[in-house]
Amino acid sequence: MKARALLLAPAWAWLLLFVAAPAAILAAIALAEPDSGLPPFRLALSGAGFAPLVEDSYYLDALLVALRVAAITAGLCLALAYPMAIGIARAAPGRRVLLLAALMLPFWTGFLLRVGAWIGLLRDEGWINGLLRGAGLIEAPLAMLYTEGAMLAGMVHAYLPFAVLPLFAALLRLDPTLEEAAADLGARPATVFLTVTLPATLPAALAAFLLVFIPAAGEFVIPDLMGPPEAQMVGRVLWQEFFQNRDWPVAAALALCLLGLLILPIRLFQRLEAR
Amino acid sequence: MTGPNQTSGPSGPPVIGSSSAGPIQTSGPSGPPVIGPVLLSAEALTKRFGATLALDALDLQIAAGEFFALLGGSGSGKSTLLRIIAGFEAPDAGRLLLDGRDISATPPWARPVNMMFQSYALFPHLTVADNVAYGLRRAGVAAAERAKRVGDALAMVGLEGFDRRRPHQLSGGQKQRVALARSLVMRPRLLLLDEPLGALDAGLRERTGFELRALQRATGAAFVMVTHDQEEALALADRVALLDGGRIAQLGAPRAIYEKPASRFVARFLGAANVLEGRAAEGRFESAEAGITFAGDIPPGTVAVALRPERIAILPAPADGPNRVRGTVEDVAFRGDDSLLLIRTEAGAVLRVAHAEEDGAPPARGAVVGLGWEPGDVVALPA
Repeated sequence: MKARALLLAPAWAWLLLFVAAPAAILAAIALAEPDSGLPPFRLALSGAGFAPLVEDSYYLDALLVALRVAAITAGLCLALAYPMAIGIARAAPGRRVLLLAALMLPFWTGFLLRVGAWIGLLRDEGWINGLLRGAGLIEAPLAMLYTEGAMLAGMVHAYLPFAVLPLFAALLRLDPTLEEAAADLGARPATVFLTVTLPATLPAALAAFLLVFIPAAGEFVIPDLMGPPEAQMVGRVLWQEFFQNRDWPVAAALALCLLGLLILPIRLFQRLEAR
Repeated sequence: MTGPNQTSGPSGPPVIGSSSAGPIQTSGPSGPPVIGPVLLSAEALTKRFGATLALDALDLQIAAGEFFALLGGSGSGKSTLLRIIAGFEAPDAGRLLLDGRDISATPPWARPVNMMFQSYALFPHLTVADNVAYGLRRAGVAAAERAKRVGDALAMVGLEGFDRRRPHQLSGGQKQRVALARSLVMRPRLLLLDEPLGALDAGLRERTGFELRALQRATGAAFVMVTHDQEEALALADRVALLDGGRIAQLGAPRAIYEKPASRFVARFLGAANVLEGRAAEGRFESAEAGITFAGDIPPGTVAVALRPERIAILPAPADGPNRVRGTVEDVAFRGDDSLLLIRTEAGAVLRVAHAEEDGAPPARGAVVGLGWEPGDVVALPA
């Protein structure tokens, strides 16, 4: 018993220090009253942080936009990840290592560097517009950067490996004779995928979706640097409330709401898994 | 490489008429004389995996409605052949004809051939009924007809009332039956079975074997079974092909193969016989390793002889001369209706000898006994 407690101690310490304590502090700030001092709040049980969330639809909209963008990002990632994961899982073992390395390679460069590369590609004087204009295909530059498309491209690029890896692991475990049996019984390749591969890897697909959806919902950098100016995702609003308006109670309350919203799909997933 | 138009090679069965229409005759004296018209014909099938030659220009004909066994050890090519027939592997050379039509390039979903997998490959997310209905759905069979055929198929394998279960709620034997029903519901003319009894425990194997034969007779489909178990192959099949290194080592009725093995490999693989090497001279066969002179039908060029354990008698008194030898009992294993004795001859070879229970108690370990057999029991092996 003692040895077990000792082994678990670091895990508990980690949870306490970096999950429970920050959550408690966040809750305390959310309930505090705004103040002009430093820190910009006074501990109290005021509810001043939550009031604007209910009164002003601006915050609710930001949450909904974030959820929508995150869902689209996760869906796109899943659609791209399935063929990639199938390709990697079915490759010969030596080739498989190479393909996995190619998938992870972008992660060896900095995150901001990759966003910068996208900006370099998409902006009005960027590579794509330069190429198209040089070829005489267009006269005025296409407005690609600062659109929802650019934002989604950046998000999908950033989060794609999180969708590929769980699917790859599940496909590797999938008994290949199941797909052969389906083909033997008259199913064409697309039907085999829909009736056997997809149902058998559904838990992994859900996990892949959530692994993209959750961080994408709180994403701040990509929408800020690549997204349209009017797209107020919750991550951006949080940033503004914390650092520009310095209204910490509202920001903390908003962060708590986001946390609550994201715990919901995780619980749902766990319920499905247990079944 | 042989051309696609050549029919059976030297190891294939004799075929009357063309490769796609004529009936197949068994080569053995004791099998049924005619099995039936050719359903499936493999012509010079060749398959390589890297440096390994899995199938070496293999020729084979399967008759409509026969129970055929592909017997062999691991790496013999038997599973590759089955997977090529099912369409999961493409041959590097050669042709595969079904009813005379070349299906070498037909994808598995378009072949009128079904397979029962060794792992059963039941879809874990579907119920028993939906597993069985899977192929009918793909074929677009209407719901009412589908339900009837699924019910009939489950009844045929004795699984009425299991419709709503899921595969993980079934025992190994029940899974095997679902897999069988799932393929048979498609009414294939050719059913491939990959080690159908391999995953069952001993008690269930014999019963399931008889049930497989009954199902094969009832459906009239040709069954092609892959197995590494010679007893299973001999017990179930009308004809057996023993594969070795991607070639057919011998093909024939079980009794013919058992009684007249064509080579040392066949005699050893079937496991029942003593195989002794030596030299043929003047109608006799001298085995130096056993210190035995065999007399019987020994053609020139015989490289070994096979002698079955149950044909060797323990003589009341040791004797010398041809077809006689002395030896010491090394071990005795009781097998029910007989005992298997390991007897070391004076020259040092070990003979397996079956001693029937009705002949009284077998000699004890360490006893010196004389052994003898009839000239007709000596099987000369040319290769």
